[in-house]
Amino acid sequence: MAEIVSLAEAVERAIHDGDAVAMEGFTHLIPFAAGQEVIRQRRRDLTLIRMTPDLIYDQLIGAGCARKLIFSWGGNPGVGSLHRFRDAVEHEWPRPLEIEEHSHAAMANAYVAGASNVPFALLRGYAGSDLPKHSDRIRFVRCPFTGEELAAVPALRPDVTIVHAQKADRKGNVLLWGILGVQKEAVLGARRAIVTVEEIVDRLEAPANGCVLPRWVVSAVCLVPGGARPSYAQGYYKRDNGFYKAWDAIAREREGFLAWMQHHVLDSADFADFERRLKVANG
Amino acid sequence: MADRDYTAEEMMTVAAARQLANGTVCFVGIGLPSAAANLARLTHAPEIVLIYESGTIGTRPDVLPLSIGDGELAETADSVVSVPEMFRYWLQGGRVDIGFLGAAQVGRFGNINTTVIGDYQRPKVRLPGAGGAPEIATSCGEVFIMLRHGKRALVDRLDFISSVGFLTGGDARDRLGLGGRGPTRIITDLGILEPDPASREFTLTTLHSGADPDRAKNETGWPLKIAASLAVTPPPTEAELTSLRELKARTARAHGSAL
Repeated sequence: MAEIVSLAEAVERAIHDGDAVAMEGFTHLIPFAAGQEVIRQRRRDLTLIRMTPDLIYDQLIGAGCARKLIFSWGGNPGVGSLHRFRDAVEHEWPRPLEIEEHSHAAMANAYVAGASNVPFALLRGYAGSDLPKHSDRIRFVRCPFTGEELAAVPALRPDVTIVHAQKADRKGNVLLWGILGVQKEAVLGARRAIVTVEEIVDRLEAPANGCVLPRWVVSAVCLVPGGARPSYAQGYYKRDNGFYKAWDAIAREREGFLAWMQHHVLDSADFADFERRLKVANG
Repeated sequence: MADRDYTAEEMMTVAAARQLANGTVCFVGIGLPSAAANLARLTHAPEIVLIYESGTIGTRPDVLPLSIGDGELAETADSVVSVPEMFRYWLQGGRVDIGFLGAAQVGRFGNINTTVIGDYQRPKVRLPGAGGAPEIATSCGEVFIMLRHGKRALVDRLDFISSVGFLTGGDARDRLGLGGRGPTRIITDLGILEPDPASREFTLTTLHSGADPDRAKNETGWPLKIAASLAVTPPPTEAELTSLRELKARTARAHGSAL
């Protein structure tokens, strides 16, 4: 049952060293504030799961929080490379990073399997691709009815899923809208779920078919306005495309990255303080 | 042609847009394909259905998205579905006519590499990865690929096949038993390549106005064959150029800099 707590408390309670953690949000509603709190609390040896490791995973990987990454597309959208991710894979810095790589379709199906409580997902996938040659997590099975060969990938069952949403009510029921990605499936497949929200309201006023995460599938709800920046929250603020472009230079070299992380993230008290520091840095 | 008033990049985008018929259902990759698909929608193909993997169906963005899931795509879409629904019902369900992909590298048989340069375990360059492309490449009626011509982009042999084209050529793709025709054209800034009907090796079948066929040969990583009846892409019309430039200008204003 959801408790409304501070983000620091939610991370402290729910995320332990060595956990498998999914922070989802397909371009939209990426839980940046929560990811930075994980860095601030110096969690280690995490298996990070995310279809599109974005800047937040670049930060987590560069900060040394991750042992393994399960993903399907690891770039800075429209800009180029995730330099910290590349440095970890190419040069094992700051530590070796094991990777389990999929296609989007397979990851999305694996989350559905996790939420559906079945051990693996089936899809028409990976035909002719070299990805299955390099992974024992992609296999092929035969349909018992038609004999057709289909790809199979294991279900994703994170220890913890973190998502960001627009609203919660005071009981902890959550409403999100716009591009929904795989958030519902990632929450329902996880043992524990943290949701950061833009606002907490008296009445959710969800439309009949709205995407609602009822409070009894959520462990903690945390009020973090702006918590998805520099990604966006539809109806609240736009994607900060300028920051996505600026990140390329910030993350390119190890020294510059470490200094930036120290000042903006590690030395900051919380996400609001981080945003103040960013504002000062940008004049 | 010294007096032409358009760039090779503009010619490429216009040539690609013209390949998309009105009413087509097109699954759009970010970057070059997105610019071409939206130019088609703003010119000759107002009823084209643009789908982005973030879940937006029938989207009509006023500016080009920087990412595959910009708010602009959701706000102007007929419908926004979850990512599992997108890949399961709409793509795997066989609802898409054309998959329109960009690529870091494409091989002579139309296979795509977006994963690594060098060895997979110890890559020289780690690229972003496959994303939606492996299943886009196998689930759509046909696939268009768009990238800038260059020896490092169009290569004889790929280090890694992320998304399948015609594999080793001939009937190799047919033997996988996939639906769809696979990659039917590669659109570059110099021309259009199409697979040879028998060998499935990509061959230059169309040259853009003002482009040099020898340059196309020199900038291709395999011995590029040139079709006997080489077609020529007519230069962009004024309407196409105006539409493209206005789209780019709106996009630059929205993102704070030119893309």
